[in-house]
Amino acid sequence: MSLAFLMFLACGVLAISGAIVLILAREPIHSALALIQVMIALAVLYVLLGAPFIAAVQVIVYAGAIMVLFVFVIMLLNAGSEERTDFSQIAKYVGVPLGVILIFWAAHWLWRSPAGRAIGTATAMPAASTRALSVELFRQYLFPFEATSILILIAILGALVLARKEP
Amino acid sequence: MSVVPVSYYLVLSAVLFGLGVIAFVFKRNAITVFMSIELMLNAVNLAFVAFARAHNQLDGLVFVLFVIVVAAAEAAVGLAIVIMLAQNRRSLSVERMNHLKL
Repeated sequence: MSLAFLMFLACGVLAISGAIVLILAREPIHSALALIQVMIALAVLYVLLGAPFIAAVQVIVYAGAIMVLFVFVIMLLNAGSEERTDFSQIAKYVGVPLGVILIFWAAHWLWRSPAGRAIGTATAMPAASTRALSVELFRQYLFPFEATSILILIAILGALVLARKEP
Repeated sequence: MSVVPVSYYLVLSAVLFGLGVIAFVFKRNAITVFMSIELMLNAVNLAFVAFARAHNQLDGLVFVLFVIVVAAAEAAVGLAIVIMLAQNRRSLSVERMNHLKL
């Protein structure tokens, strides 16, 4: 039981409990706060995996920008608790067990898969440096990087057009 | 640094993705449905970083950056659509959003 393993356990439990709270919460703002908890826990896991730059981006962009957008929209629309509709009996007695089986099957498959086992014992490695990451990003992936800037521009224009008042 | 086996991270990623799917199916609020999509994207990001670490290559980390950019664009446009729908329908429930036209 090393410190890294304890950190992994703590963050994994935090992430899964946050996801469960997201499902069970009635108020959208509670779901949003639970999702922020999941994202912070994942950022700590990225640090454990030796990707500190990704962890910083996760906190700044995901937990910072995107979730602030969500919380703003929840406040703007004054979203109350969601109305509960009774779903069909088939969904209750067939769908829910099948969903749970799907989760455990996927986890089991990943656990047994050769990809997971062959690399199962990751030795201590140095953290991926931000310099190496940016060299990769601006050399090999320069065109996709520029394409994402076009994508962001289109998204800004789309959001502006959608949010505009009708003349 | 990383003495935790990579398969542990993959299992955690699969569980988070499954919980995201369940939330996507069961939640009735349009904003919360969007949040469950973000949860699924986060689970995939964790798998990307775990594999990048396992194979000691940086490509996975670059893809995580792209996924985050696409998620930001998707959240901006999607929430604009949700605001418009909520103003038109006076409700956020996805049950009410079953017509293309008003």
